[in-house]
Amino acid sequence: MDPRPQGVMMAPELTAAEKPPEKHLREAMPAPILETRKLSIFYGRNEAVKKVSMPVPERRITAIIGPSGCGKSTLLRAFNRMNEFIADVSMAGEVLYRGRNLYGKDVDPVEVRARIGMVFQKPNPFPKSIFQNVAWGPHINGLVPRRELPELVERSLNQAGLWGEVKDRLGESGLSLSGGQQQRLCIARALAMQPEIILMDEPASALDPVSTDRIEDLLFELRERYTIVIVTHNMQQAARVSDYTAFMDLGVMLEFGVTDQVFTRPREKRTEDYVTGRFG
Amino acid sequence: MTAGEWRGVPNLARRHWQSLWLRRLFQALTWLGVMLLAILLFRIARQGAVWLDWDFLTSFPSRFPARAGIKSALAGTLWLIGLTALISVPVGVAAAVYLEEFSRAGRLKTFIEVNIANLAGVPSIVYGILGLAIFVRGIGLGRSVLAGALTMSLLILPVIIIAAREAIKAVPQSLRQGAMALGATRWLTVRHHVLPGALPGIMTGVILALSRAIGETAPLIMIGALSYVAFVPEGPMDGFTALPIQIFNWTARPQQEFHGLAAGGIIVLLAVLLLMNAAAVAVRHRFQRRR
Repeated sequence: MDPRPQGVMMAPELTAAEKPPEKHLREAMPAPILETRKLSIFYGRNEAVKKVSMPVPERRITAIIGPSGCGKSTLLRAFNRMNEFIADVSMAGEVLYRGRNLYGKDVDPVEVRARIGMVFQKPNPFPKSIFQNVAWGPHINGLVPRRELPELVERSLNQAGLWGEVKDRLGESGLSLSGGQQQRLCIARALAMQPEIILMDEPASALDPVSTDRIEDLLFELRERYTIVIVTHNMQQAARVSDYTAFMDLGVMLEFGVTDQVFTRPREKRTEDYVTGRFG
Repeated sequence: MTAGEWRGVPNLARRHWQSLWLRRLFQALTWLGVMLLAILLFRIARQGAVWLDWDFLTSFPSRFPARAGIKSALAGTLWLIGLTALISVPVGVAAAVYLEEFSRAGRLKTFIEVNIANLAGVPSIVYGILGLAIFVRGIGLGRSVLAGALTMSLLILPVIIIAAREAIKAVPQSLRQGAMALGATRWLTVRHHVLPGALPGIMTGVILALSRAIGETAPLIMIGALSYVAFVPEGPMDGFTALPIQIFNWTARPQQEFHGLAAGGIIVLLAVLLLMNAAAVAVRHRFQRRR
């Protein structure tokens, strides 16, 4: 299957065969599926995200990097309106999803979260069976009839690379899995909602290197069909997995570009200092 | 590098000595409490055991100690506690869910919170007066077991609400976020994840509260629960008596035999309490194993 979505312009001198297999290095950036416009987010009076305007290209992996407290997780949570559970948060600006403002008066935040999935830093499976963990979202949202749930669960677990490990123990608690398996269960749970976009907040930072590897492999497979935004403070990870990288510092988005460019030829001195490990 | 010399830690011997004696003191105090309870139970058992038989459980009160029993009081207590649980648990848990999951921070919420905390400290006789004014006279329930259960519910609601809130708070935030991120509404999150997670804690609070209600006497006397009842309540509007009232009544009599009957009543009361606790532990255990 051709991983490239339709309508993406490729640089003329490259054919598909010559194109680097992992990186869309020379392509024109695909149209953004998600976009922020002068987005500011405040905790009380403290401005955690300052007038950020960034695109999230469709069916690509976009990494948001930056030192702790730079506002990257806050920005990520703005993409599916998860900041609303934190007291005293206010915001200005827009988040456009296919051109529509997610914060418009007519938009139901529950619907936003049903369409834009999220995976958290610490694996948080429900204290229920593996099957129920994956089936719950589609079930409550009436995505598929009840009798089709087993099929959807299998497909989602398969996509998350977990089916082989759990197919004989679907009735066991999600908490009986290892940390890495739990995180893939959480990814399967998000996939079962058939979202277009999946937001990941440092999905591997609580995992050991082997589990981290598996998650990163999984990201490669998922990028063919999903748009992924990943927040990470692990720069190697960002460089390995992402197509585009945004660098944030002190709430400001200092740089956005193709990952290779951001890491090898950053435009900003501050970015260079960060990616070369001089601070952060 | 040369090996450093051992440096003495100041006052070490004194600190160990202090730790040892404090440990002994706390041990002694713990045993003191246990011993007092044991002595009390032993005395009650010795005094009341001879009166405990099937007839004691199935006879109505009587002027003659040999024929007296606690049938009406036991039935009254079961009615009272059953109705109290039916009323106070749904209301209390609903209030806790509202305060923890739905209400927004603000003056109204603070006002409600302060009030609930204060109500938990109000003497039970005051609830008796309230029950008499509102339920017995105000809405004309009379001296019925329903009026008693409503009064008892008022009495234990603050305890249930506070315990349920703590249990709900203890459910990890990450679980709520996980559910919400899948497009769940507040209610579905509460229904499928928060309440099941909080259930063991809520059960503990409910049992503690009901245990308090089962031993309360003052408010029942206030609302006019009867002390001589030769019938078993057959509906919520019937008159009733309860175990603590019957026990109180018997201890107030001069004859030694009635004191023995009172001890017997206390044993039954404790047995009911233990059964309730056991049921709660069983439910909790079953629920925790299921996850």
